[in-house]
Amino acid sequence: MEFEPVIGFEVHTELKTNSKVWCGCSTEFGAPPNTQVCPVCLGMPGSLPVLNRHAFDIALKVGLALNCSIPERTYFDRKNYYYPDLPKNYQISQQYEPLGRDGWFDIELPDGSCKRIEIDNLHLEEDAGKNIHPEGQMHVDYSLVDLNRAGTPLLEIVTRPDLRGKEEAEAFMRGMKAFLEYLGASDCKMQEGRLRFELNISVRPKGSDVLGQKVEVKNLNSMSVVLKCIDAEIERQSALLEQGGRVAQETRLWDEEKFETRSMRSKETAYDYRYFPDPDLVDVVIDNAMKERLAAEIPELPLARRARFVSQYGLSDYDARVLTAERQMAEYFESAVSVHNNPKTLANWMLGEMKSRLNEMGEDATADDFPVRPAALAELVRMIDDGSITGKIAKTVFPEMVASGKSPSAIVEEKGLKPLDDSALEPIVRKVMADNPKMVEDVRGGKKKAIGGLMGQIMRATQGKANPAVVTPMIERLIAESEG
Amino acid sequence: MSFPTAHDLIARLEAGETTARQAAEASLATIERQNPQLNALLAVTAEQALADADAADARRQAGKPLSRLDGVPIAVKDNMCTRGVPTTCASRILENFRPPYDATAVRKLREAGAVLLGKANLDEFAMGSSNEFSAFGPARNPWNPECVPGGSSGGSAVAVASGMVPWSLGSDTGGSIRQPASFCGVVGMKPTYGRVSRYGLVAFASSLDQIGPFAQTVEDAALLLETIAGHDPLDSTSSTVDVPKYSETVRNGSLKGLKIGRPVEFFDVQGVDPEVTAALNAALDKAASEGAEIIDVHMPIATEYAVSAYYIIAAAEASSNLARYDGAHYGFRAPDTADIVEMFSKSRAQGFGAEVKRRIMLGTFVLSAETFDAYYVRAQKARTLIQRDYREALEKVDVIAAPTAPTAAFPLGSKLEDPVQMYLADIFTLSLNLAGYCGLSLPVGRTSAGLPIGLQLFGGAFEETRLLQAAWQVEQVVK
Amino acid sequence: MSETVRLDRVEEITLDRVRHVALLARLELGEEEAVRFSRELTGIMTHINKLGELDLEGVEPTSHAIPTANVFREDTARPGLSNDEGLANAPEKDEGCFKVPQII
Repeated sequence: MEFEPVIGFEVHTELKTNSKVWCGCSTEFGAPPNTQVCPVCLGMPGSLPVLNRHAFDIALKVGLALNCSIPERTYFDRKNYYYPDLPKNYQISQQYEPLGRDGWFDIELPDGSCKRIEIDNLHLEEDAGKNIHPEGQMHVDYSLVDLNRAGTPLLEIVTRPDLRGKEEAEAFMRGMKAFLEYLGASDCKMQEGRLRFELNISVRPKGSDVLGQKVEVKNLNSMSVVLKCIDAEIERQSALLEQGGRVAQETRLWDEEKFETRSMRSKETAYDYRYFPDPDLVDVVIDNAMKERLAAEIPELPLARRARFVSQYGLSDYDARVLTAERQMAEYFESAVSVHNNPKTLANWMLGEMKSRLNEMGEDATADDFPVRPAALAELVRMIDDGSITGKIAKTVFPEMVASGKSPSAIVEEKGLKPLDDSALEPIVRKVMADNPKMVEDVRGGKKKAIGGLMGQIMRATQGKANPAVVTPMIERLIAESEG
Repeated sequence: MSFPTAHDLIARLEAGETTARQAAEASLATIERQNPQLNALLAVTAEQALADADAADARRQAGKPLSRLDGVPIAVKDNMCTRGVPTTCASRILENFRPPYDATAVRKLREAGAVLLGKANLDEFAMGSSNEFSAFGPARNPWNPECVPGGSSGGSAVAVASGMVPWSLGSDTGGSIRQPASFCGVVGMKPTYGRVSRYGLVAFASSLDQIGPFAQTVEDAALLLETIAGHDPLDSTSSTVDVPKYSETVRNGSLKGLKIGRPVEFFDVQGVDPEVTAALNAALDKAASEGAEIIDVHMPIATEYAVSAYYIIAAAEASSNLARYDGAHYGFRAPDTADIVEMFSKSRAQGFGAEVKRRIMLGTFVLSAETFDAYYVRAQKARTLIQRDYREALEKVDVIAAPTAPTAAFPLGSKLEDPVQMYLADIFTLSLNLAGYCGLSLPVGRTSAGLPIGLQLFGGAFEETRLLQAAWQVEQVVK
Repeated sequence: MSETVRLDRVEEITLDRVRHVALLARLELGEEEAVRFSRELTGIMTHINKLGELDLEGVEPTSHAIPTANVFREDTARPGLSNDEGLANAPEKDEGCFKVPQII
């Protein structure tokens, strides 16, 4: 029997704020353990939470951008469960009146078509700390707890099970990441856990419209792992059903070593979150003024920006897609174009040289981290366009710019990379022509391509400092002169 | 028993007739004499108190006292965080806990120059009505040490009633200030919810808890309340309503034309000691003879259903508030456990006392998925009706008068075996916390056995000025 | 659940229920204690069931007696506790972290 997967996501993203959601501790990543803590996020007796306005605003903005219906009044509930990375042993979350419900998010599939994914709800909550399981020692019978992350504002976006396979899942994840970056909601660094995807997945016989028993999978720390997990779960669940078994309702963990999921909770563990409204926090009344203020802050989103890049800059659809996939890349591009209006060449440089170097800088590196700033790249392209340097020289200048951060004109000046002027160039051209009579004959006989051969020799002889736009007419002139 | 009031002491400090050092030493001497028997204070911060008193004297001598309270001794209930000073909640699970911060109410006391002398005994985590559920032994009633002082703020009441300190702070979740005030013959007040910051008050039931003063007189209570009240950005539920100078207006009321409501159903409750009813009626008669109007009001739901609603809501919130005591980050940890679940379960089993466990079990039960709507949501709806009872009654009258407790202080051990009977002892106090309004208890008489009897007055939300004025008037006529 | 839930029937809090609740609450119970809780909780719930008499049709629940709304703090990071202060009360610590028995 052929099975199809039915997939939904729970997207968890840490919001980009200076301080935690209930207290003033920093949300910075990478500090030594338990140095960004206070009585509130340590869950000390007597401490109380106070809501971070900016965290709430960001969450509401995401809700509006996801076309959710927003309640007039929202509040926070306690989700009660015991875990040492959750110092109060309850998580402040939203169960009964979340910030948004019934929204949608459009994703674009590789064939260019669009699919609308329904959002069940989104809610604001607090992240937990981290349990560190000491490694490299045998028979370790303890864990260490770092609460720096505890209380970081966390937005959870829950989709309906609208995705039907790996391709759609990947399009969703990429689209969602770009969307959250565009909104400035999160920096989405997956390696730092700022963006995490949890999977709800079931399978059913192809063609059926009945939903199978879904399984939740956690501990998926990159998009590629999510995709591997989808394969593994389709295989596991299909095999179970084919053998006449049934899929258990449970939460599973991805095991990175074994490339499969394993059951997370033991059977005897009770499981009842006992949600109730948190009496330590008060309601948030959301009026139209608040919604209008935040809606006005929603920037142009990826799909709209991409269409504009095609129409305004004349880019190909492919180039526009890649340039708008990340907010920082798109902003870099527009910033460069505003300095020197040659969108096509700028796009080529960004998608070629720049992108390959960015990839070398690591998975989380963005255009913001790139050492060559937009104005410098624009200057480089301008210098090519006005003949100050040759394209070939530009390719050698660029790595220098990356390495030193210097402007292209400074590098060209320092290294003497300016194109040779006519008086310096002509003797070299004459010599190459004299050394290659056969090629000269061919050009004279009408074989235009033979000029390329001469050009190559000239470039070699000048170490690239010959401008082809100057050399070609010069060759033609010298041939004409020799005939005359 | 009669001791100098805080206002007496302030007058003598201002006149230069005594010093903060002398006041602290006198307090410490009384504590040394009385505390071994009464067990009112769990910790005495003698050394720091004397240093603080000297500093207060220096300020006063320089003509720069921090406030009128500068140098006046005080004790606070041991469920309020005091930086570096053990804060136990009378529980084994927090026996060695030293908070890294001060509760906001404590901070305000320090900023006013008050001298903290010690931490007062209580029922574990403020759960109880007799102070017998303290892990460190019960406090005892100074009027008869074989009787309970009431609870949960028993130690705070005893400390004032026995002259250890002129005043103290307690917390009131369902009567935990007013009932021990009644049993010990002192004034005890629960302010409107949100009047005093809860930051640093170890939570029992967050939507009901409120810090308030114990004192020998209404005037002292007014001054102490105005010192600790006010908005706190660290407590989302603390009110931004302005804090009037209660102490400056407390004598400005009048019994002439004062409308005092008498909730008919409260006086019909079975099991109220006739001596209590008689003392209350006598007090109201005296007020009436001075011109007060005594008006019957009806609060049927607040009388009949408050105990049920209260025990659901308070236990539910408590079960969640007390989840954090698990041995992981602070407090008691059971030794030799194999894994985290066992460590949690054993630490909590060994660290909590019987009453706390009972309420955690009750609260966990009512919040569980299949009972949530039947109990918790229903109790929250009943709460709406209980508050309506108060609101409608207070539309007709200025204040409401009621017994504080059905009886005077009862013998130690007499109610320990029956939780429901113990809970019913709070029948007159806990509806006020559900309504969120303010109230206080003041002594109006004694039983034939010589035990104090308290009268309770209720006021509307943020009507503390009117409540204190009415209480001061009643205090004068029953003297 | 709707308003039709009846509370006039006294529900016995069975031993099994007590054990389940104790597990949720992370309270290790001895046999005797479980039996006692079963009896006591049944007694308390019998009293609490009085609420079933009230007509609550159309009544809004109250979670805060004094309603307030929209209380925020501004998003400013402030120094909290040092690592030493934060861990000062920890029963066990190691490498700047809280140390706990293994998590299974």
